[in-house]
Amino acid sequence: MMLWSIGLVRGLLTGALGVGVGLGLAMGLRGVLGLEPWNAEQASVLGAVCGVIAFLGGVGVFHDWAAWATGRRELAEPGHEGAPPQPWWVRYLSYATDHKVIGIQYIATAIALLLVGGVLALLMRLELATPGMQVLSLSTYNTFIGLHGMIMLGATLVGIAGLANYLIPLLIGARDMAFPRLNALSYWLVPPAALLLIAALFTGGFDTGWTAYPPLSARASLGMPFFFLGVYAVGLSSILGAVNFLVTILTCRAPGMTLFRMPIFVWAMLATSIISLTATQFIGMSFLMVLLERTLGMGFFDPARGGSVILFQHLFWFYSHPAVYIFVLPGLGIISEILPVFARKPLFGYSAVALSSMGIAAVSFVVWGHHMFVAGMENHLIVPFMLTSLLVAVPTGVKIFSWLATVWMGKLSFEAPALFALGAIVIFLIGGLTGVPNAIVPTDLHLHDTYWVVGHFHHTLFGGFIYPFIAAIYYWFPKATGRMYSEKLAKLQFWLMTIGFFLTTLAMLRIGLLGMRRRVADYDPSLGFTPLQLLATLGGMLVGIAFVLFLANIVLSALVGIKAASNPWRSRSLEWQAPSPPPAGNFPHPPIVIGHPYDYGVPGAVFAVL
Amino acid sequence: MRRHALTAGLLASVLAGVLVLLAVGVDLLPASGSREAEYIDPLFRLLFAIAMIIFAIVMTVLLYSVAVFRRRSGDDTDAAPIHGNAVLETIWTVIPFAIVVPLGIYGAVVFHALTRPVDSAQALEVRVTALQWGWEYEYPTLGVRTRELWLPVGQPVVLRLYSRDVIHSFWVPEFRVKMDAVPGMETTLRFTPVQVGEYRLLCAELCGVAHAYMVGRVAVVEAAQFAAWARLQATGEGGSP
Repeated sequence: MMLWSIGLVRGLLTGALGVGVGLGLAMGLRGVLGLEPWNAEQASVLGAVCGVIAFLGGVGVFHDWAAWATGRRELAEPGHEGAPPQPWWVRYLSYATDHKVIGIQYIATAIALLLVGGVLALLMRLELATPGMQVLSLSTYNTFIGLHGMIMLGATLVGIAGLANYLIPLLIGARDMAFPRLNALSYWLVPPAALLLIAALFTGGFDTGWTAYPPLSARASLGMPFFFLGVYAVGLSSILGAVNFLVTILTCRAPGMTLFRMPIFVWAMLATSIISLTATQFIGMSFLMVLLERTLGMGFFDPARGGSVILFQHLFWFYSHPAVYIFVLPGLGIISEILPVFARKPLFGYSAVALSSMGIAAVSFVVWGHHMFVAGMENHLIVPFMLTSLLVAVPTGVKIFSWLATVWMGKLSFEAPALFALGAIVIFLIGGLTGVPNAIVPTDLHLHDTYWVVGHFHHTLFGGFIYPFIAAIYYWFPKATGRMYSEKLAKLQFWLMTIGFFLTTLAMLRIGLLGMRRRVADYDPSLGFTPLQLLATLGGMLVGIAFVLFLANIVLSALVGIKAASNPWRSRSLEWQAPSPPPAGNFPHPPIVIGHPYDYGVPGAVFAVL
Repeated sequence: MRRHALTAGLLASVLAGVLVLLAVGVDLLPASGSREAEYIDPLFRLLFAIAMIIFAIVMTVLLYSVAVFRRRSGDDTDAAPIHGNAVLETIWTVIPFAIVVPLGIYGAVVFHALTRPVDSAQALEVRVTALQWGWEYEYPTLGVRTRELWLPVGQPVVLRLYSRDVIHSFWVPEFRVKMDAVPGMETTLRFTPVQVGEYRLLCAELCGVAHAYMVGRVAVVEAAQFAAWARLQATGEGGSP
């Protein structure tokens, strides 16, 4: 009975039931049509879809809406007034509408996914440490490349949703998100999505990488539909989340908080949500079309049936390139948020930094073709895509130069959030600089599909997401838990992670230039890459150890850390004016904003009155 | 303020100088084996040099701020509030623009040179069919079909790429250029090998389980040797030497 009160447990049980119903449905339908009842692909797809819906129902996501739609109950303000107190583990493992609970659910899920994706990465690094096949089989390795990629991208989306959920209402002085029930639905789509992705490993895998290009993906094993459906569920979660963030940011701000008084992270989420809301459909569509090709024989991408192979790549990259900015803009926003606090100086060029996010979002929609310079795309499209891609450097440069001007003559101190923010700048800078030769066509003809590209995007994602994510968790840890993390452990983590990261990625860039292809399980020892591969593996292990230190730090500190001061960083921002951890509803009264968030050093400047 | 800016500027110049020398001096690319590499490699070196200069400037400002302006213990006052500077912000918006646009134009010019059609009488055409997991070649003008790619040194080559199953990609790192072989369509890759030798042909697009082992052999030989090989192949007596 105790277990039954946990939403996750209920969801998993009803989900399993739903899978059974879906399998039966598939077999029944085929039976009625007079076909052989068992078709593994069709049964899997229907089973998975019914399982996800039943999971959501079991968790209780639809409960309030169903009650409302059937007129059984007045729709009350979602909240916690009058609800019986639950133990914390029931609260965090069940349906909840408080943005702070959902934020922490998202963040915990993201960290779990980073752990799974990281283990896959380390297994691949072990395999690559020496030539020949030692640790994994060829087909397991090929499944891992796609699964590592997509689980990490999922973790990134989920981690960003977590930070945004926890922070946006606090940063703008709101009681909660605009649509708390929709918010819960967005979160609860993630656990079944993660299970589907992981299931792909056990249902035969898929040898296509995360990009799943047909015709390869149309022929891949039974892991493929699970991968597609998992991505579909994450994508749906991302779209619903974007709607919620947009409405919250545009309509729920405290009185006096004009757009140009918003903290930069909120600007970043505004830009990010516009991209998620309008582009995610394209990856969903591209994967759905391959799924239909597999299950129902529709030849969208099969040349023998009039389909086009390249069409898929256009659809896929129309989302998947802007997606890069979904992944990094929030992280860059975190850097802009943290630097002024630790430099005790206003963010330099606030308006330009805010608008640069919108600029990047706008340009991001017209650069997708740079993934297709050698794909057989028409020659007259190639140069325009090169020029638009290069333009990304301009708003990105604005951000980096503004950060430099913020710390210049500032009084930096080096607690963990500051260290990770500064590390993020250096890593992201290298990510940007190594991207230029990919954007310029003649050099990309050599670099495309090499380890140079792998090194490049690991820089952008570590600098644009992983480091800022860790910085944000340390920075807001005292806010969310009321306790302090261990500074010593965090600094040790920073140095281990940074050294490990550069060992890995600089080795990747070097061997990529020399001719190491990406996505290969094995390489010829006579190429001479073995020492650098070994170095990259050692670096990867250091990153892994650093991540374990990070986990230990936050788990132990949340349980037994020393009590934190109410505003340990002497921040001016709204969230630090609320109690730690903030109660449901956040602020006793809506705060009234009368100034700018980053006026450090301005005598007598006030941001808000509570 | 002026003293700090001058010191940092000096440090940045020294760092930039060292890094540029390093980037241009160290062999970062594989040996060059085609005429195309002679266009592409200088572009690489230019991009590396520019990247190193920007890296040096950013790192110097960052490290200088960390080392010189850092908060002293016991100081809990704020820094002087500087909110922005319109001139500076305009400069650092315009300068990246002024760097990337010419680079883009330079890139476009090189790309144009790489894809310019060559005189068909002069060029050797080879039809390349990729499949899981290997390559097949047909020399239509010579009536030769083989499983190994032989090319005469110094003669422009036009590859017509096809695929029998999934997407593959033709890449010889020493030639610097690659192109996908796409099911249902023909793609074209042009290059001129200039160095006699044996090269590895790598499939650069993930093509299934044995992708890692989809490696072919390319032999670039003197024209006379090529002609002799082609005659042998055409009469069906050929084998690899």
